[in-house]
Amino acid sequence: MARMKFLCDAERCIECNGCVVACKNENEVPWGVNRRRVVVLDDGVPGEKSISVACMHCTDAPCAAVCPVDCFYTTDDGIVLHDKDLCIGCGYCFYACPFGAPQYPQKEAFGVRGKMDKCTFCAGGPGENNSDEEYTKYGRNRIAEGKLPLCAEFCATKALLGGDGDMVADIYRQRVLKRGGRPQTWGWETAYKKAG
Amino acid sequence: MGTPEKTTRATRGRRYRRIVWWTVAIILVGAVALPLGSYVYTGFQPAYAQAVEDTNPRANYWRAVRSGDQGYTSVVGQETNVLVQNGGQNWRQYRNRLLANYGGWALFGLALLILLFFGWRGRVNISKGRSGVMIMRWSSLERFVHWYTAILFVILTITGLSMLFGRAVLIPLLGPRGFAAWADIAMGLHNVLGPAFSIGVVVMILMWIPRNLPQKGDGEWLAKFGGMFNDDVHPPSGRVNAGEKIWFWIIATVGVGVIVTGFILDFPNYGQTRETMQLANIIHGALALVWVGVWFGHAYLGTIGTEGTLEGMTGGYVDANWAEQHHDLWYEEVRHGGTQAPQGATERAKPGPGGEQPA
Repeated sequence: MARMKFLCDAERCIECNGCVVACKNENEVPWGVNRRRVVVLDDGVPGEKSISVACMHCTDAPCAAVCPVDCFYTTDDGIVLHDKDLCIGCGYCFYACPFGAPQYPQKEAFGVRGKMDKCTFCAGGPGENNSDEEYTKYGRNRIAEGKLPLCAEFCATKALLGGDGDMVADIYRQRVLKRGGRPQTWGWETAYKKAG
Repeated sequence: MGTPEKTTRATRGRRYRRIVWWTVAIILVGAVALPLGSYVYTGFQPAYAQAVEDTNPRANYWRAVRSGDQGYTSVVGQETNVLVQNGGQNWRQYRNRLLANYGGWALFGLALLILLFFGWRGRVNISKGRSGVMIMRWSSLERFVHWYTAILFVILTITGLSMLFGRAVLIPLLGPRGFAAWADIAMGLHNVLGPAFSIGVVVMILMWIPRNLPQKGDGEWLAKFGGMFNDDVHPPSGRVNAGEKIWFWIIATVGVGVIVTGFILDFPNYGQTRETMQLANIIHGALALVWVGVWFGHAYLGTIGTEGTLEGMTGGYVDANWAEQHHDLWYEEVRHGGTQAPQGATERAKPGPGGEQPA
């Protein structure tokens, strides 16, 4: 069984925000909510890097661990989804998530939160696949149609990869070898630096 | 003819022993000295030592991102320019382990302990029986503020604990859908009634500060635990005993902490960061558990623990013998025409509200 993963190649991402637009359009994401965003680090100075980030579909997902109504579940493909019929909009998953993935449409005054919305890896939610109800609540279920997330499919520079973790890793490994550089693993140079 | 053979055997034996001793000695010295010898080697290779201290610019770059460095993003929103926020993992551990697990067991244990105490001690009765003479203890304003706050406190406790322990305790009972429906109501009530409750607490604190300042006799009262464990022990107490004063000051400190953090969590529209809310949530939960724990004690002593206490807060009047037993200094004050004259037997001798007359 595949283990779905996103990977953003920081050497390739050009901050075109195509992934953000693709996601919003495909899933009819409500106003004020962006399931995906591009963060630019060291903007405008040498070493600038851009990264597209959304829900990372963690194995030990902090959102699922802290949810008071236990509305999260992980699919067989390793995709973390949630049930909006159970969600009460308490905001705990937003406190717990390192990536800022869970977001809430603001309901009324005083910042009262609506039901949480986040990236579904284009896999919809509980209920019948590609039903109107699923589409309204969670967006398109492309996985059920045998397609991959549109953000990754849409990426012009193929910086954003989404799919089976093994295949994504293979593609990335080949790229790193082709570039002739070292893998971008933390501490690589410390561990393997040539003496003298 | 036996001597040469004997000599040879003795010599061989000595040589054998010498070989054994030397072998052991060489092994021991070697085992200690050889590993240490690597220091000599590294001493000639300073380049290696330097290599370890070198920093990797690329690794440092991502390390900075990992620790919450801010970037730029075109997506508008709170903290959208932070790629990785670290605090959530700590918050998760504190909430799920410290509060939702240990906190729950501590609260459960405390309730059990009070129950056991009640089983052992039973109700503390008015030892002289009821006199029928009633003394005014709590004015109608005080009673109103008390019950306004108390009712909201109970609602907030039930809804708050539902949010913290519901997943472990209520989902197995109500099912996920049933509990989600309750949790939705509970969270709404908690968020709306919280601010209303805080008004009651603030008024209560301001109203009762003068009565709860430390007084002579409080030390003795505390040293004897207010006579809690023994019918014959009655340490001196004024209108408000030292235990009630502690309960008051816990509200004035712990309670205020709960209220302040509650406001931070209740209004996320003022741009407070995730870090602030994580911290506020842990403080809110931890202090609230302390508050509820101490309240268990307050509720016990005010109702089933002691005869005649509750009627002071429901009807406003207490029996004179109750006052003499539990608040002797105040009783004397009232009796000798203190600030408050006894509300005469004539007026209140009829069965008090909820108070049974002694036979």
